[in-house]
Amino acid sequence: MKNEHHNPRHGLSLRLAKRSNQAHQRGLSRHNSRRLTTLNSGESAVIQSLSGGVSFRSRLAALGFTPGASVRMLQNLGHGPVLVTIRDTRIALGRGEACKIHVRPE
Amino acid sequence: MAQQEGNMIRVALAGQPNVGKSTVFNLLTGLNQRVGNWPGKTVEQKAGTCSIDSWAFRVVDLPGTYSLSANSPEEVIAREYIIKEKPDVVVAIVNAATLERSLYLVAELLLLPAPVIVGLNMIDVAEQQGLTIEPRVLEAAIGVPVVPMVAARGQGIHDLLARIKEVACDGAEYTPNTPNIRADHADVLARIEELVGDHVPPEYPSTWVALKILEGDQQITDMIHPRLPPEAWSEVYQIIQQHEDTCVAVAGGRYAWIARMVRAAVVKPRIGPITLTDRLDRWATHPVWGLVILVGILALSFALTYAIGSPLQELLDLYLVQNLADLAIRALDTAPTWLKGLLVDGVIGGVGAVLTFFPILVIFFAVLGILEDIGYMARAAYVMDRFMHLMGLHGKSFLPLFLGFGCNVPAVMGTRVIESQRARLLTIIVSPLVPCTARMGVIAFLAPAFFAAPAIVSWALLAMNLAVLVVSGLLLNRFILKGEQIAFIMELPLYHLPNWHTIAITVWQRLLSFLRRAGTVILAVSIVIWTLSTFPGGDPETSYLASLGRLLEPVGTLMGLDWRMMLALISSFVAKENAVATMGVLFGVGESGAGLQAILRNTLSPASGLAFLVTQMLFVPCVGTVATIKQESDSWGWTLFSVVFLLVVSLAGGVIAYQAAGLLGW
Repeated sequence: MKNEHHNPRHGLSLRLAKRSNQAHQRGLSRHNSRRLTTLNSGESAVIQSLSGGVSFRSRLAALGFTPGASVRMLQNLGHGPVLVTIRDTRIALGRGEACKIHVRPE
Repeated sequence: MAQQEGNMIRVALAGQPNVGKSTVFNLLTGLNQRVGNWPGKTVEQKAGTCSIDSWAFRVVDLPGTYSLSANSPEEVIAREYIIKEKPDVVVAIVNAATLERSLYLVAELLLLPAPVIVGLNMIDVAEQQGLTIEPRVLEAAIGVPVVPMVAARGQGIHDLLARIKEVACDGAEYTPNTPNIRADHADVLARIEELVGDHVPPEYPSTWVALKILEGDQQITDMIHPRLPPEAWSEVYQIIQQHEDTCVAVAGGRYAWIARMVRAAVVKPRIGPITLTDRLDRWATHPVWGLVILVGILALSFALTYAIGSPLQELLDLYLVQNLADLAIRALDTAPTWLKGLLVDGVIGGVGAVLTFFPILVIFFAVLGILEDIGYMARAAYVMDRFMHLMGLHGKSFLPLFLGFGCNVPAVMGTRVIESQRARLLTIIVSPLVPCTARMGVIAFLAPAFFAAPAIVSWALLAMNLAVLVVSGLLLNRFILKGEQIAFIMELPLYHLPNWHTIAITVWQRLLSFLRRAGTVILAVSIVIWTLSTFPGGDPETSYLASLGRLLEPVGTLMGLDWRMMLALISSFVAKENAVATMGVLFGVGESGAGLQAILRNTLSPASGLAFLVTQMLFVPCVGTVATIKQESDSWGWTLFSVVFLLVVSLAGGVIAYQAAGLLGW
């Protein structure tokens, strides 16, 4: 717990996370995706991809943030957390977390 | 297939958060339940029994989790329980109003080696939202029993028990329709299964293990790695490296399966009606009104707690504690003096004083239970998130901190909702800075002794504590508990009417755990402190404790406090309200309240008074809280750190207050 960063067990997931970011940057040039946080309140979009570490992506994916799922922004104040609906569920996301979700228009 | 002990059917209750799982559990077991911890974990374990006809069921409530990956201890506990203990039946509760998402856990459970029954809960809520759900179609699609339920009204519980009995005893063939991985990953999954198949421990299903490896599950990967021949491992490792996006692909496969299950069974309206939740959230999550509502609700809870709880507390103190003390004195008439002292001053004085907080806690826990149950607390966490970010925490840490206003003990225990160890520890360390009812009680008693406007002083002290809390959090986050910002991902459940049964059981359990603590740790420390304050001579002024007070006198001088006040401060370590009782003894009043206030006013300058109030507000929490910190942080080092940290902060606060007041000429 005290040395979360030095835990050798995390080596694999860190490497995986790095690879994911590279994969994402390639994806960005191919598709015209934008961050979830660019949606205004009331706008809807479709999930394109997730970036970040394995455990973060798998948490989001379990909640329904999988590519192709439709997401609706309920509240985005331009700062602070956002509120979205996905698969009939309201979910609050920190801004940093929402930035790692990439969406495309419906 | 059932492995019963006699007629005992072992049932594991699984479900995501906010699907009504605890309502079902309470309905099944009532008060026949026991709350403890999962072995070696600070995760609550609930188990209970129920019986119908000649059948007995032992129900274990698995932690509420969204999935069964290794992202949190709760998820690991849930899956290991099913794999290792092999319950006769796993009941998966799903929320009909959020069916897609809550079937996700079912999709994971179907691969584990225990038959699943789906409890389709909250069908009334789904109907209100215009959804039409056909349980029989869903049952045929998934291939496992589906029992429609409205647990809040007790509907469907008998059907559920009947189906459990059926599955456990009739040994019908269990062939659920299980989800597949997304087609583009089917080959790699097959290859991994081929590679690890012979090396998987017997209790684990090999397909599941292969899937978890592909998902990037650290725990399962670490379990398999040493069991594999090196060449097999290097191929597995290579596959994981090449398919880093599989955790999303696996989840996508499960959601595709869910879509197939749901397509036939659920008819959705094209545009959902504007629900009560939509309308309420327009206010409750509003950046301005949300805060106003939050502050209003907090103020109301406090007002209610103090208006009803405080008079009851005084009554308890007057009738229960005093009478008990009198009774003990009479009963022990012939007993040696030390025994009398131990029982009357040590045990009844220490534990009794803590127990008088019972009414306040009942009310506070009830108010909180209601707010939690109707779904409001998640909104409070959302509204507070931006402020909690200042400390490197997020919204979820607000809930335990709020509990702290009632009592710091449940606050420290409440930090279990926080996923990250670092954030949890940080919250635990700052939580004693939330003044509990006992601290505020001492302030309410002492402030009028020194100041003409005690209410303003009390509010100012409260504000000071919260400011110190934020600054401490900020500094700890910056310099000591450094680490990545943890993800804030939280579901805001639909609002619903309070379920009194569930709330009552929650309040009861929280009180029980508080009582248990009062009977053990607080009792032990009360005795120790009494011993220190009595020996060697029997006179508090020459006791070991007094020597300690005198040792602290140099610090006291900087704050304008003599050894008696320092001793009062130290005695508040047992229970905050002891501060007043100790002053009563040391200043030689027969604990008559008004007398003490007058004496204090004549002995201490307002500057000294202020210094004492400030120090008392920031001081080390009571021993019950410290013991809980040890238990929850599972570390003596961090417990000691938190004690020393608060000691330094509070003494520094006192010195600054005294010196500043002196400059103002108080």
